[in-house]
Amino acid sequence: MKLQTILDLPECRTLVKGDPEREITTIFCCDLLSIAMSKAPAGSVWVTVMGNRNTLAVASLAEVACIVLAEGVSLDEGTLAKAEEEKISILATDLPVFDIALEIHEAGGL
Amino acid sequence: MGEPLVFTYDIDGSDFTRAGEASSAVKNRLKMLGVDSNAIRKTAIAMYEGEINMVIHADGGKITVIISDDAITMVLADHGPGIPDIEKAMQEGYSTARAEVRSLGFGAGMGLPNMKRFTDEMKIDAVLGEGTTITMKVKLQDPDRT
Repeated sequence: MKLQTILDLPECRTLVKGDPEREITTIFCCDLLSIAMSKAPAGSVWVTVMGNRNTLAVASLAEVACIVLAEGVSLDEGTLAKAEEEKISILATDLPVFDIALEIHEAGGL
Repeated sequence: MGEPLVFTYDIDGSDFTRAGEASSAVKNRLKMLGVDSNAIRKTAIAMYEGEINMVIHADGGKITVIISDDAITMVLADHGPGIPDIEKAMQEGYSTARAEVRSLGFGAGMGLPNMKRFTDEMKIDAVLGEGTTITMKVKLQDPDRT
């Protein structure tokens, strides 16, 4: 599926759009950045409650396509601007990690 | 064989949120050089873990990256406390990181093991009270890369 499918989910607020045409490979859920860095697949959508600048750095190094911040977590303006530069999409939702991952799974058949 | 390219980066130990900037810069440079994407990923992950360690434990330091035809070599040097028990530090899950670092998603004792896992060679030289120098090498598959 394309990133656009996730951008269209009513439960998600788009903080940074990224490239809607980018192909999404899989869904990855993890909050420990060291594990995410070594295990997040390239092109994946990464669901996490860890919202700080290092989250973006890890996403960038692992070539994650999209970060979904669950449980109402957000990111500061500076980090969002950086995500814009790096063309990494960032979405936010009030749903728990599992629920939003399931929504994405059902929407995209991943 | 071309001359190796050498880049150095000063790592600011005071700002945890900036850790990763040097690794990102190296990653972008390797991309521009057309290095194999798997080698780039390995280098970026290993160097980022090292960078985070330098900020957490050693108040920063200096990273030198040497890109030659057959390998990417990273030398991470700091003037921190050294590592009293390297064998223990290499164990997954062993960490001496502060609580605030853990609350940011690090300090799970994965740093050094990840660095070893993602590189082909790794050497730790630590002197207590003086500092630590870690040398890591990622081999490049294609020696004909130009």
